[in-house]
Amino acid sequence: MKALKKVIQNLDPKFEKGGKWEKMYPLYETLSTFLFTPKHVTKQGAHIRDGVDLKRTMFMVVLALIPALLFGIYNTGHWYYELQSYLNPEQYGAYSDYLTGFVDKVIYGLFQVLPLVIVSYGVGLGVEFIFGFVRGHGLHEGFLVSGMLIPLTMPADVPLWMVGVATAFAVIIGKEVFGGTGMNIVNIALTARAFLFFAYPTAMTGDKVWKSGTSDIIASNGGVLPDGASGATALGDMASFVGSSPMVSGEALSANASSAELLQKFEGTYDPLHAIIGMIPGSVGETSLIAILLGAGLLLYTGVASWRIILSFFAGGFAFALLMNLIGANAYMDMPAYYHLIIGSFAFGAVFMATDPVTASQTQYGKLWYGFLGGGLAILIRVLNPAYPEGVMLAILFMNIMAPLIDHYVVQANITRRKKRFKIA
Amino acid sequence: MSKAVRLKKGLDIKLLGEADQVKVEAKKPTMVALKPSDFHGLVPKVTLKEGEKVKRGEVVFYDKYNKDVKFVSPVTGTISEILRGEKRRILEIRISVAATDDPVKVNPIDPSSISREEVKSMMLANGLWPFVKQRPLDKIADPSVNPKSIFISAFDSAPLAPDYDFIMHGQDQFFQHGLNALAKLTDGKVNITLNGKDSSDDCFQNAKNVEIHKIIGKHPAGNVGTHIHHFDPIDKGQFVFTLNPQDVVIIGKFFAEGQYDASRIVALTGSEVEERKYYKTIIGARLNKILDGNLTSENVRVISGNALTGRAVEKDGFLGFYDAHITVLPEGDDHKFFLTEGWLAPGFDKFSSHRLFPTWLIPNKRHRLDTNLNGEERGFVVTGEMEKVLPFDILPMQLIKAIMVNDIDAMEQLGIYEIAPEDFALCEYVCTSKIAIQEKIREGLDVIGEECM
Repeated sequence: MKALKKVIQNLDPKFEKGGKWEKMYPLYETLSTFLFTPKHVTKQGAHIRDGVDLKRTMFMVVLALIPALLFGIYNTGHWYYELQSYLNPEQYGAYSDYLTGFVDKVIYGLFQVLPLVIVSYGVGLGVEFIFGFVRGHGLHEGFLVSGMLIPLTMPADVPLWMVGVATAFAVIIGKEVFGGTGMNIVNIALTARAFLFFAYPTAMTGDKVWKSGTSDIIASNGGVLPDGASGATALGDMASFVGSSPMVSGEALSANASSAELLQKFEGTYDPLHAIIGMIPGSVGETSLIAILLGAGLLLYTGVASWRIILSFFAGGFAFALLMNLIGANAYMDMPAYYHLIIGSFAFGAVFMATDPVTASQTQYGKLWYGFLGGGLAILIRVLNPAYPEGVMLAILFMNIMAPLIDHYVVQANITRRKKRFKIA
Repeated sequence: MSKAVRLKKGLDIKLLGEADQVKVEAKKPTMVALKPSDFHGLVPKVTLKEGEKVKRGEVVFYDKYNKDVKFVSPVTGTISEILRGEKRRILEIRISVAATDDPVKVNPIDPSSISREEVKSMMLANGLWPFVKQRPLDKIADPSVNPKSIFISAFDSAPLAPDYDFIMHGQDQFFQHGLNALAKLTDGKVNITLNGKDSSDDCFQNAKNVEIHKIIGKHPAGNVGTHIHHFDPIDKGQFVFTLNPQDVVIIGKFFAEGQYDASRIVALTGSEVEERKYYKTIIGARLNKILDGNLTSENVRVISGNALTGRAVEKDGFLGFYDAHITVLPEGDDHKFFLTEGWLAPGFDKFSSHRLFPTWLIPNKRHRLDTNLNGEERGFVVTGEMEKVLPFDILPMQLIKAIMVNDIDAMEQLGIYEIAPEDFALCEYVCTSKIAIQEKIREGLDVIGEECM
């Protein structure tokens, strides 16, 4: 280690202003500060500083995402082989069981998911470096988290070039034009996802994207899914209950079936326990409540994420789902409130997206309102607008825009309260 | 006495190296200095030339924009050097100390028996006025204003802070005399705030002619800013004066004995000091007599004041005008490998207000912290961290941002009149983005001072 330190100490002056390789400073700074906390000392003001820095904070979020990533890799493999089991019952019949074929599933998942991660980081960091060179500073840590979040919000089969385009769009338009890390208005990862959602809807919605390999199977099976197979998600099925042709997992139900019948069928297919463990199809990282809660535990324990936002987001979602139950106009409204919290990307959004401190409300009271309304809005979009089966992404993006308004009212309340002290006296 | 106020917010940074409760007489310094930079915004006009003789208590310079405010020599001696920096700004006025002491003498007088104007003019003419600071703006008080109250903190809660109960023990008489003089300066009250955690020294407990408050909590519980905010907040157009207890004694002594006595008991603290004690020395004393042979290593930072708000000085630098505290910390100018000491290390050696380090599990451990920034400056990312260490009904992040964009209306509304940079020292300490927050606050106060006062 001492040798490495010496190398750094000798290299430092060459990259500084006036040095031989001055132009490469941003790249050098990024690498050297990754290895060594620089020897910068305090000059005035507080002579001692807290041990924490943005690198450690951001790294903790990446660490918190690891359980969701690992589960996502396995889950991707599982649904691929689940489809295969319909096509090749002799070879893969047993693979429809969740734990059979563990190694095969992990290997398949790795081949699907890792390229997403690599493309996301590669493109994102590339763009950040270009801006770093233009502005003359090294990499700021914000993208370390965004780069991991982006693949976890994608369906596993999304084409890699789309991930690259979306990442570049999000980093340039979502962040760098505003000034970089800490300056953005809306969440970077959600910007990337929203970009794909609206620009390439067929790759992001419908019932052909959620299980890896669906389109290949359809192609090799004469244009249709094998009998009994389905590519739908729980939310997609729920949305179909509101339309004229209700389906559960590819099986058409009678249009005249009552809410109770529909829900019974639904709960039979999407067992709450499976949803909590994550044994349902969906975007790579969103399915397992347990994996997400492991990450949430780490973030709350270390205080990196705001408990106010996570708690109020869940509370808001639950409250609005109960409200829907009260109205009860159709099967979707009748869905038990807790179901909303365990399916789709609700938990993932609450823990990893809504809590982004840059785009959330910045005042302590504001965070409670921000979370509550965000969670509630996600449920409203799900239930009242079946064109968007998943409302979490749009709800959080909307609340990102609204966060400054919430803060404005909190700040005004503070100003009024402070003024009042002098009126009494 | 009102009930003790309990603060929920704040942070006690447990540093290694508290001073033992022993008072020793420091060797008499051969050189002292007056540093105009101790007084923010002051432009000094020096009345003596290099080589001229000066008596203890004789005027050395005055404030160019407020000629009544005079600064006097703490010792008898000779002006040896006037040190100038950029644009010929005066950095230090060095006075070499003579062997025999020859103070300027006036007739002692009981301040209770004279008028406000007489007290004021005596304090101004004899160099006592600079001990009186004002809020807003945190600078030497403007003698023309009528403060609504005066605040004195009976304790210091900063890291390794001196124990004022120990320092002030036995000074009851002069302290009371000083309080009587200060009581003349305001139509309101002189407020003393005690540490509600333990009992305070008699000189505070039994002080008369004052209002006594109690406050319990972590740092900044001992800051006058915290006390003002909780007991008598400042609105725009109002003024509060603040003083340190030892300076009240100097004022009291002047009225009682008729001469300026610049003695000051300072706590020598910090992990890099061998003999950590309370030293009796004088304001502006060169520190070499105290520090030479008393440091454990060469690469240290000597701070006149505490680790959060003090000023860095050389090892043979001079004690600041308001300081009763010297802190010596290891300099942190070394690369730290990320796995062993840096950002991804376990971090048992780092004290953090964040739970990202395991040190919160061992709350009683005292830490040897160095002056490394522990990171690089970034834009604001993390929110809510400053709110935890600022026991004010003030939104720190919003106020700092208002200062950054120079929005005067917002600064006023968000409470800039109530604060001083020192109140935000902990915000600077905890800031993940390593932003120089005290400097920003000072910039904001400067703008307000120019535009609104």
